[in-house]
Amino acid sequence: MNGDPTPAASTAEPETSEAGGEPQEAARLNAITKSFFGVPANDRVDFDLRWGEIHALLGENGAGKSTLCSVLAGLYHPDSGEIHLDGERVDLASPQQALEHGVGMVYQHFRLVDRFTVAENLALGHPETGFVASRRSLERQVAELGRRYGLEVSPKAAIWQLSVGEQQRVEILKLLYRGVRILILDEPTAVLTPQEAQSLFTTMRAMAADGQAIIFVSHKLDEVLEVSDRVTVLRDGERVGSMETAEADPAALARMMVGRDLSTRARSRTEAGSAALSVRGLTADGDRGIEALREIDLEVRESQIVGVAGVAGNGQRELAEAIVGLRRSKRGQIFLGDVDITRTSTLQRIKLGLGFVPEDRMRTGMAGGLPLTANLALKAYRQPPLSKGPLVSKRAVEERARTLEKQFDIRGVRWAMPTSLLSGGNIQRAILARELSARPKVLVAAAPTRGLDVAAIEAIRQILLDERDAGTAILMISEDLEEIMDLSDVIVVLYEGRIMGRLDPDDASPEVLGMLMAGRTADAGPDAAADTAPDTGADTAPDTGADTA
Amino acid sequence: MNDSVLLLSLASAIVIGTPILLAGLGEMMTEHSGVMNLGVEGMMLGGGVVGFWMSTQHPSMALALAVGGGVGALFALIHAYLAVTLRVNQIVSGLALVITGTGFAGFVGSSNDSALIYARPQSSLEPVFGEGMQELPLVGPLVFGHDWVVYLSWLLVAAAAFWLFRTRAGLAVRAVGEDPATADTVGISVGVTRYVYTMIGGAGAGMGGTYLMAEIFATYQHGITAGLGWIAFALVTFAGWRPWRALVAAYVFGALRNLGFTLQILGASVPSDVLNALPFVLTIVALIIISARPAAARKYSAPSALAVPYSREIR
Repeated sequence: MNGDPTPAASTAEPETSEAGGEPQEAARLNAITKSFFGVPANDRVDFDLRWGEIHALLGENGAGKSTLCSVLAGLYHPDSGEIHLDGERVDLASPQQALEHGVGMVYQHFRLVDRFTVAENLALGHPETGFVASRRSLERQVAELGRRYGLEVSPKAAIWQLSVGEQQRVEILKLLYRGVRILILDEPTAVLTPQEAQSLFTTMRAMAADGQAIIFVSHKLDEVLEVSDRVTVLRDGERVGSMETAEADPAALARMMVGRDLSTRARSRTEAGSAALSVRGLTADGDRGIEALREIDLEVRESQIVGVAGVAGNGQRELAEAIVGLRRSKRGQIFLGDVDITRTSTLQRIKLGLGFVPEDRMRTGMAGGLPLTANLALKAYRQPPLSKGPLVSKRAVEERARTLEKQFDIRGVRWAMPTSLLSGGNIQRAILARELSARPKVLVAAAPTRGLDVAAIEAIRQILLDERDAGTAILMISEDLEEIMDLSDVIVVLYEGRIMGRLDPDDASPEVLGMLMAGRTADAGPDAAADTAPDTGADTAPDTGADTA
Repeated sequence: MNDSVLLLSLASAIVIGTPILLAGLGEMMTEHSGVMNLGVEGMMLGGGVVGFWMSTQHPSMALALAVGGGVGALFALIHAYLAVTLRVNQIVSGLALVITGTGFAGFVGSSNDSALIYARPQSSLEPVFGEGMQELPLVGPLVFGHDWVVYLSWLLVAAAAFWLFRTRAGLAVRAVGEDPATADTVGISVGVTRYVYTMIGGAGAGMGGTYLMAEIFATYQHGITAGLGWIAFALVTFAGWRPWRALVAAYVFGALRNLGFTLQILGASVPSDVLNALPFVLTIVALIIISARPAAARKYSAPSALAVPYSREIR
């Protein structure tokens, strides 16, 4: 942490220190409020940023970090509140305008043209490029900026040839090239390897030392502690507090991040049966070809809900996909009961009694263009009464749809209507209806209530609990801590593709979970990583676990 | 003796290759903006028939080309409206344009008071360079034996290559064809760009059609393009979306078109249907060869957003 929070060290750009009354202030956001469809994503948030500092924005998913950054970057216009840049009140109507004021944001999804070279991407939309885009001077400038901030990347390389880390460098270069002096990095390390993250931190420090201001959005405590000068914590769209990072206590930060009162309802417990799903030493690659799951050991018993907690992007999706057969596992084994299903097809797994509620309900859960009747028949059409030899019985399909509609209380259905027009809650009920009507032994439910309204959430959770009581083994992946603590019989925390901890929900406080989710073994809580819940069968396959330790 | 036959057929390959080149170059510009216009054949006929009519009214080929190109651009405007504004399926819209252009040419060309079928252009073009240069060995007939439209087409190839790959405007249009969302975020209007380049494509096709009717055949007949528009469309892919490659490819296709005559003179006989299919066979072979090398496939493949309508809301 070489960043000096006092701006005296920043000698660069004298014009900035003469511009306003408060020379060290790069940006100030006053009482920013921004709602989407009536739901506030930011509620009167104050934020200030000094020249020459790295200011971390810490918070869970949905805490309002990205919204706040997008307001400063000109992407969203706030419903109310003021933005001051360099001591001057501004109104930012577009990202272009923000750029003209020297504010630029690196989004989680890069805005780069894949087949263009680095230099071409930089020239694109840059007002000072001449009519003839001179490659040589552009390439020289790219190299020069790259050297200065440790952002080395070949100007002639096409984007698709670069690693994700290098692409991110290009995004940063693009902004620097446009003269950005306030740089916003939205979860920049989420896509990086640890080495790449370290190199990014070096760049950030070099820029801060040069007098620029950096906002670093993250949910990872260690990174925030390592790189930032100050930290502001957001929760549920509100600012919880700000402090100098050097004075911050990790446990306190974790509590600030997740510390709402979680209304733990009295859990009904059932006696867990024998193992229905066992995962041993599972390792699998993510979409980018980097290991997204590392040596996962997991067991779900009959009549048991195992909740997988963690911040999105830490291997949850890959875990679900590997279990249901949509992702190849590199090493390890998956058992359904006694049957090794590691190498079997998805169809075979379904036949063996595996159900799946995917995370992205529109893309992988339902064929949005088809009517609900067809969607509900998508798994059952293979057997009678729906199938009649090579034909599908239209009447049976509709009858079944009507039955399920009543049973699962799916509302607002008109028969020929595309499923995509239903509300999220109804789509989710329909997916559950389809999966549960197949009477699965094991159900993998990813983000089962994400984005639903309160009533729908309650209904879906009740369906899951009933299903568990009926004997189904459920692996529930969720980012919602309340949900995890409410429904799970065993909690498992994923961090960077590994299991950070396993705990009994009775021992799980938000602090402990928050620490584990942020990648810290909980030195503040009970010995969470140990096998704490023998009564519920939490410790899985200790023999296989031993050789990985 | 066989030498001179070969040379002559190469020279005439350049002539017949010119309308293919003009139309193909236009379509290439259109496709770089992410719009696929299958209607080249229709725009060649529709634009060409009006350009041809102009040439029967006035001796200026430049005027005929301008009128033919303008009408071709108007036909392309239909496609732009359907494909860019209404975001309909571009294959359907392009095919509709083929039928529309063909029908329009048939209607204009054979209606009683125009009777273009019996009309002749008022003048025909002379080679630009003098006798002395034309009689130079080899380069004489190949390089110096042509009228100015051929040289114009060379100029256009150079201009297109420079424009697309060296200028800011070219960068912008390729960004629109590759990744309209990113182009949008840096302040480039996707809609305007696509309209303009779609119409440039129509102008190329209209000029190609005009040159074919007013100069090469000096007559109008129903369906006179006989698939040249489709060859021009295939040319874009065959050339890997690169103007200089299009120049070579157009003359290769032109040579194939002439191959029947050449072979006849040389005493061989191959069914003309086989010869007509060769440009398309060649395009498929080229695609196979290119796709076998991943690096080349990346470089010479279609713009990523080709034929994909862009809408801000659907990301």
